[in-house]
Amino acid sequence: MASKPYARPLSPHLGIWRWGPHMLVSILHRATGVANSVGLGLLVWWLAAIAGGEDSYATFVDVFTVSGGGLNVIGYVVGIGLTLTVFQHMASGVRHLVLDIGAGYELRKGKMTAMATMVFSPLATIAFWAWLLVGKH
Amino acid sequence: MAEFSLPKNSKITGKSREHKAAADAARVKKFKVYRYDPDTGENPRYDKFEIDLDQCGPMVLDALIKMKSEQDPSLTFRRSCREGICGSCAMNIDGRNGLACTTAIEDIKGEVRITPLPHMDVIKDLVPDFTHFYAQYSSIKPWLQTVTPAPSGKERLQSPEDRAKLDGLYECILCACCSTSCPSYWWNSDKFLGPAILLQAYRWLADSRDEMTGERLDELEDPFRLYRCHTIMNCANVCPKGLNPAKAIAEVKKLELERTL
Repeated sequence: MASKPYARPLSPHLGIWRWGPHMLVSILHRATGVANSVGLGLLVWWLAAIAGGEDSYATFVDVFTVSGGGLNVIGYVVGIGLTLTVFQHMASGVRHLVLDIGAGYELRKGKMTAMATMVFSPLATIAFWAWLLVGKH
Repeated sequence: MAEFSLPKNSKITGKSREHKAAADAARVKKFKVYRYDPDTGENPRYDKFEIDLDQCGPMVLDALIKMKSEQDPSLTFRRSCREGICGSCAMNIDGRNGLACTTAIEDIKGEVRITPLPHMDVIKDLVPDFTHFYAQYSSIKPWLQTVTPAPSGKERLQSPEDRAKLDGLYECILCACCSTSCPSYWWNSDKFLGPAILLQAYRWLADSRDEMTGERLDELEDPFRLYRCHTIMNCANVCPKGLNPAKAIAEVKKLELERTL
């Protein structure tokens, strides 16, 4: 007889799991929510920079733009990134709203709505930035 | 806080052992099976088995039984009815939870990886510890509770319509495929009841004969016990009986809300 029992191991979980769209959209909802919270911080910085006067606003603008006035790399990454996360979070938020009234739990529907949010967010992002960069002029 | 990687003693680092099929086997299928031996306490390992499909039944359970009887008698797993009604052979097959007895070998492409139900304490090989799961089940008082005296000489009657409300709930065999597929349950199984137990909880809430609905809802009204469900829907996707625990949980949440209105 063994004098002392060994601690039982934990069976593998995330490392062996086969993902589906329903699982992906769930973690995306959380991840984009975190990203949007960071984005909210930038928005507060923008407002604070305005309130701080001309110099502080210039500092803010300088971080995201080139001297000619257009966006620099950081500006594009943050701008397009946040647009994508806002659209994704909004779409999966609407999906959660529908689920919360008790609808859309059938396997096929659950998968289709999950896929729909992930198709919608990049398309909406492309459309928005096309309008911003090209459409407005 | 959720622990995403396996603890040190659980990493699958043990040396693999191989069991080849006979040299003249025509249709060979490869299996990779999780092994843990509590007598040595060594880290878990994957053993490789080759099975001749011409000499084997169609289901994953047939292959496991063949491995045990012909290749390695120490291979340990639970099984009983071999027809999807007892729930004993629930395990993770190719990254998805299911019953070994109702999962066809030919539905899995390439090597078949078999591990115990995810995020559970492993007793040996494919046998996880269900103590906590059963304790959670007993915590919801899964029996008919009444205060009124039973009608004399008769059963408590139920209309066919009320009986129909239990369809899709009473079929649950408590195999734990759903609960152990749920990431919320992985990270919070100490406090969250998980899909199987919550589906069972709804089975009693939905029963027209039960008279403890309010008390049952009081017990569930808790940030963890019920509301850790984030509708990830892995539960409904893996249920071997085709049930929908996520939908049952949504119905419980609706009952909680309705009584506050």
